[in-house]
Order: sequence, then structure tokens, then C-alpha cells
Amino acid sequence: MDVGLRSELQRHGIFVTTLEELYNWGRSNSLWPLGFGLACCAIEMIAASMARYDLARFGAEVFRPSPRQADLMIVAGTVTKKMAPQVVRLYNQMAEPKYVIAMGACAISGGPFKQGYNVLKGIDRYIPVDVHIPGCPPRPEALIHALMTLQQRIAAESLVGPNRPRHLRRDQPGEFPVPEYGSHDLIPPKNESIWRPPVIVRSG
Amino acid sequence: MESTETIRLRILEAVPGALLEVVPNGAPVGQPSLLVDPEHALAVARFLRDAPGLQFDYCSNVTGVDWLDREEEEIVRDRVAETGGEKKIEEPRKRVRPGYLEVVYHLYSMALRHGPLVLRLRTGNRTDRVRLPSLTPIWRSCEFQEREVYDLFGVVFEGHPDLRRILMWEGFQDYPMRKDYVEPDDYEYEPTPHDDVWEKARRHYPAPTVGSGGETSGNPGS
Ligand code: SF4
Repeated sequence: MDVGLRSELQRHGIFVTTLEELYNWGRSNSLWPLGFGLACCAIEMIAASMARYDLARFGAEVFRPSPRQADLMIVAGTVTKKMAPQVVRLYNQMAEPKYVIAMGACAISGGPFKQGYNVLKGIDRYIPVDVHIPGCPPRPEALIHALMTLQQRIAAESLVGPNRPRHLRRDQPGEFPVPEYGSHDLIPPKNESIWRPPVIVRSG
Repeated sequence: MESTETIRLRILEAVPGALLEVVPNGAPVGQPSLLVDPEHALAVARFLRDAPGLQFDYCSNVTGVDWLDREEEEIVRDRVAETGGEKKIEEPRKRVRPGYLEVVYHLYSMALRHGPLVLRLRTGNRTDRVRLPSLTPIWRSCEFQEREVYDLFGVVFEGHPDLRRILMWEGFQDYPMRKDYVEPDDYEYEPTPHDDVWEKARRHYPAPTVGSGGETSGNPGS
């Protein structure tokens, strides 16, 4: 519908919308994050949900203690290799539609511990990440920005047609294989179907 | 608190046969430590906890140190008989001091408000004689920290109530904090490699095809 016509109608007290818009509006303003933190970034996440930054303004203050009730996973902190299978399992247990925010350098890439033997070099090796926030730690404003970015993405999702989001497609998996503990590393070290290292050609 | 040397003498009185050595500390803090032999460690620990005037009732920290085999050079002075007299010779001789694992305990007394007293225990070597007595029966706070030393250094504590890995998973091999630990090679992608990380990362990057001149390189170090 024409935007001008719609605002004109609104001025006269007639509200016109589509089911899709209404649906996405409701979803994007009631994101319930899974209440878990992994390291120092979690402190910023907690700060963001408290009175000063007040995540409740965006409808995302209901941190759920159960993955069955949550639809947003904020991976806030260092994912150790020992923890990674549990994170993937929690993601698998969340009901669709579900979204992931990777918060902080650690969750994106391993961060300051990237060169360690025990830290996963980015959670996007095992589960699909919708929004990455850089920073060590990102400020609460950055988390709020990530949330707003996610809200925009949800609002732009079309529920039918070829551009449907992942959770509305039969051919897209909603669960991802949980890695196993090996003798030194996780097996497999990455889920090839969702993450591949960029090909870098060295000069010599 | 009494000096470490006085404590040593008191322990020797109470625990006959204990082999104790005061290890000096060259650092500015100058905190000496007490090297205890494993056979008497439990008795020494019990004495330190219970003796009046010492009462080290709190073990705040347990940590491990890995000492690799060290090559030491010593100058051997000798006199050799020669025609027409004697000749002094000095020759350097190399000696390999075998490595060992060391466990360090930091003790405090909450009752008397003093400390720390630093205890050291050493294993026989780094491979098969790595058993030490657990001090968890004396200080409960050692439990998790000894598990950590077991997990990361591979010291086996005898008498520990629940000796399992604590940070790494069951089935993990080797001991990551040992100096000769080889970490898994998982550097398939490293946007900002430097130093030895770069050496590791470049093994995963395909070499340039001849004639490309390296323009396609994403290597930030080039
Ligand atoms: S990114 Fe920085 S602040 Fe966040 S978990 Fe890692 S080390 Fe901590």
C-alpha cells in the first residue's frame, strides 16, 4: 500500500496494515533472550537489562531460564571448547523462530583468547549468527544497537515467497549437529555447511 | 609470624626424618619458601595447621610449575700430574638436571592473621614419577585447585577424594600447561597473524599460483 495514502488514512483514524507487518511487529518487539552468560561480556548484557540502559524499552527484558521459552540467544562471552557443545545443544532446544546475537570479540572470533588451545574461535562455526557485535566488551549501547538491528531484520522478513526466513523453509535445518569432545579439539572443528574459512592466498 | 627457618626447625622437631629445605627467593619480595619431601608432606601439613603459634588454617592457593630438563654448566677444577710438576686445568662440564613438576601451596592463618607460608612439593620427574600426596585432607580448599593442577600439569595426587579433570573435558589428552604441550593446529583463518601465529596460519593458506604476483593476497603481513 502506498505510504502516503496510509498516513493520510491514519490521520483520519483508520489504521491499515498487513498480517505480515502486524506479525513481525509483534515478534520483533517481544524478543525473549535466553538468560545465560559465558564471561565478562555477560556483565554488560546484565547492565543492558538493568534500569540504566533498560532493555525493557525494546521488549527484550524477559530473560528466560529455559531454552523452550526463549527466542533470542545472546552468546555473551568466551565460548570454551568445553562449553561449545552445550551452547549448540541449547540452541537446538530453542523453539523456532530463533535468533542469535554473538556479543563481543570472544563470541565472534575467540577474541583475546584466540591463540589459546581451549577457546572456540567463534560461535558461528556451529550455529548461524544473525548479528555480530564487536568490542571487548561491547557497551550496553552496542547490545541495544544489535537488538535494534535484529528488530529491523525481523520486521523486513517476508513470510511467503522465495525470501522466506530460515525457519519457514522446510529445506533449512533448525537444529545443528552438536560437536563431540576429541582428544585435543572438538570433532568436527567446524560445521562446514554453515561456516568456511575465507580463502586467503599468501604472497610467499 | 616466625621466620621460615624457625618454622623449618620446629617442623624438624615435630616430624622427625622430614627433609626440608628453605628455598630463597631472589625477587624483591624476598619471600622464601619451604621445600617439603613428598613422604612427610602430609605430616608436615598437619603440623603446620595444628601447631600453636602457627595455625595455618587456610590454604589460599595451589598452583603448579613445570620445570623442564635443564642443562647446567659447571667448571671442574682439577690438578693433573705432568712431567716436571703439576698443572691446573679448568674444564667446563655439562650436566643435565632432570626436570620435575612442582606444586606450590600458599598458606595463611586466619586465626592468627599471618602468612603467607609457601610450601613446595616436587615430583621425581615429569613422566612416570608424578605422584604426590594430596593435601586436601588437611585443607579442604585444595580440592578443586589440586584437580586443576592434575588437569593442566598432570600431577597425580594420592589421597584426593575426587581426582578428575576440572577445566578440560574427560578424554582430553596431555596436559596443556606443560611447557612442551603441542596445541591443536586450528589456525585455518587468522585475519591479523603475527609472530609465531603467522607461521602457524600460513601453513593453511595456499601458496600463490605462479604469475599471480601476489596481488590476490589477503595477507596483511605482506
Ligand atoms: S570479548 Fe572481552 S569482555 Fe567479552 S567475554 Fe571476551 S574478553 Fe570478556
